[in-house]
Amino acid sequence: MNAIRTKMPTMPKTKPAPNPLVQAASYFGIGLLFAVGLGVSGMTQPSKVVGFLDITGDWDPSLGFVMAGAIAIHLALYKWIVRRESPLMAGRFGIPTRRDINPRLIGGAALFGSGWALGGLCPGPGLVGAGALGMNALLFVGAMLGGMQLFHMADRWWNGTR
Amino acid sequence: MEHFTPVASTIGGLFIGLAASLMLLLHGRIAGISGIVGGLLKPRPGDVSWRLLFVGGLVVGGVVFSLFFPDMLTDTLQRSPLAVIGAGLLVGFGVRMGNGCTSGHGVCGLTRFSPRSGAAVVTFMTTGAITAYITQQLLGGAL
Repeated sequence: MNAIRTKMPTMPKTKPAPNPLVQAASYFGIGLLFAVGLGVSGMTQPSKVVGFLDITGDWDPSLGFVMAGAIAIHLALYKWIVRRESPLMAGRFGIPTRRDINPRLIGGAALFGSGWALGGLCPGPGLVGAGALGMNALLFVGAMLGGMQLFHMADRWWNGTR
Repeated sequence: MEHFTPVASTIGGLFIGLAASLMLLLHGRIAGISGIVGGLLKPRPGDVSWRLLFVGGLVVGGVVFSLFFPDMLTDTLQRSPLAVIGAGLLVGFGVRMGNGCTSGHGVCGLTRFSPRSGAAVVTFMTTGAITAYITQQLLGGAL
């Protein structure tokens, strides 16, 4: 792991600013590619998600293959990508470095997992389904944004005004 | 196991991993959907358009599926609107509290062997399995 993070000392180079249109298209394209992956994999079918989580029922292990496929290719490319001095269209890599496991992390993940199983949707597939104007997905995304906002408010309240 | 789709699911996973890799290679960012969406609710100048574009790509993907591949959106889960709203609230609150969801912790975090993401994934898979057991086995699958 440490070997990955160690970068060769190099002189800072000024990079030409990327074409804003290309930059915009790339973000949109990445979102679209992500959506295609979610759709092809079955993540956008709530019943399939619950069929995966409900291991005591008629278990459908498919979604384990989604995670395996995604991690396999990302793992293969990750080391090669972060060996670069900087990303192609940005100044630096913004990779989370926190390692602490605290009650907030576990509590949040626990709530997320129960909501994921209750509705069969996580944030990405919810947004894809909302694009398809699925009634449940639209309701889900609306409530999800509300839940996010509730947490932001609770966080400000707990930690004083920031 | 009549719905088992190992090939399609693996291929879909490859696309997801490729999207996460492109996000990192081009922009140096983690493709964590809940963080990207959550940032839109606390907008900072110069930090909004890329989030909207990415989310726009997801949403347009849904439009394309609904027009050409409606099977990808099959939903036979029996849930009342109230249950769906409850699910959305739990997911929204939970992903912001836990700093990530299936994409950020599950795909990106596990790939870098982040201990935080490992703990998050084990936790949400566990509560997901418990909740699915309650809804599908104890409550009969319709609620």
